Amino acid sequence: MDMNKKYTARTWPESPEKTTLEGKNKFLGFWLFLGGETVLFASLFATYLALKDKVPSNDHYLAADMFELPLVFIMTMLLLTSSLTSVYAMYHMKNHNYQKMQTWLLITVLLGLGFLCFEIYEFNHYVHEFHHTFTSSAFGSAFYTLVGFHGAHVVVGLGWFTLLLVRNAKRGLNLYNAPKFFVASLYWHFIDVVWVFIFTVVYLMGMVG
Amino acid sequence: MAHESTSANPKVNYEYRRRKARDEMRGQVTSFAMMIFMTFIAFIIVIADFDKFYAFPVLLVLAAAQVVLQLYYFMHMSHKGHGTAALFLYSGALIAFVTILTFLTIVWW
Repeated sequence: MDMNKKYTARTWPESPEKTTLEGKNKFLGFWLFLGGETVLFASLFATYLALKDKVPSNDHYLAADMFELPLVFIMTMLLLTSSLTSVYAMYHMKNHNYQKMQTWLLITVLLGLGFLCFEIYEFNHYVHEFHHTFTSSAFGSAFYTLVGFHGAHVVVGLGWFTLLLVRNAKRGLNLYNAPKFFVASLYWHFIDVVWVFIFTVVYLMGMVG
Repeated sequence: MAHESTSANPKVNYEYRRRKARDEMRGQVTSFAMMIFMTFIAFIIVIADFDKFYAFPVLLVLAAAQVVLQLYYFMHMSHKGHGTAALFLYSGALIAFVTILTFLTIVWW
C-alpha cells in the first residue's frame, strides 16, 4: 500500500491508525509497552510507599510538612486539560482536518510545558526551602525517583509531539503519520493516568496522614 | 481498496461517520467534566481534614474511577478491537497490584 497516498475527508478511512499493517503493529506493540510501564511505575509507587517519611533524624521535613495543595491542584488541572486537548486533536485526525489537529496538539504541548515548569519550581522549592534532596533521606530518593520519572515521561511526551509536528509540518495527514500521532496521544493519556495516582497517593494521601 | 468505503453510498457513510465522531467527542467532554468534578471532590476531602480511615478509601475509589474514564473514553478502550490491549494492560495492572501489596505488607515486617 502506498503510505503517502493523498486523502480527503471523504476518502479517509474510519480507523486511520489501524488501516495499515504497520499501524496495527504499532497499536498492539504500544499497548504491550503500556502494560510494561504500568509495572515500572508500580515498582516505583511500591518503593515510595515503603519509604515514605523514612528519614535518618527528626530534623528532616516529612511529606505533610512540604506538600502544598494549590500547586498540586494547578498541576493536575493543566495535565488533565492537556489530556482533553489531545482528545480533540485525535477527533480532528479522524475527520482528516490536519490543521485543527496540529493546533490542538500545539495547545497540548503548551499545557504540558506549563505542568513541567510548575514541577521544576516545586522540586527547586523543596531543595532550597526544606533541604529535601535526592540524597538527604530514603524518603527523598523514593520521592524524586517516582515523581521525577513521571516528569521525565512528560519531557519525552513533549519532545515526541514536537518532533512529530515539526517532521510532518508540510507532509499533510496520511496513513504514514496518522498512527504515529495516535500512538503519541495514547502515551500522553497514559502520563495523565500515572499522574492521577501520583496526586492521589503521593500528595493527597500524603497530606492526610 | 476495500477499507476506503464501507458503504455503497460514500456520502451517507461520510455523514454517518461525522455524526458518530461528534457523538463520541461529546461523550469525551462529559468524561472530562466528570474527571474535573472528581478531582474537586478529592481535594475537598483533604481540605476538610477527614480521618484517614474514611479519606483513603474514598480517594482511591475516585482515582480508580478517573483512570477508568481515561482508559475507556480518552484512550478508546471501549471501542471494539481492544481485547489484546486490555489483556496487556490488565496483566501489567495485576503485577502492579501484587508488587504494591508486597511492599506495603512485608518491607517493614
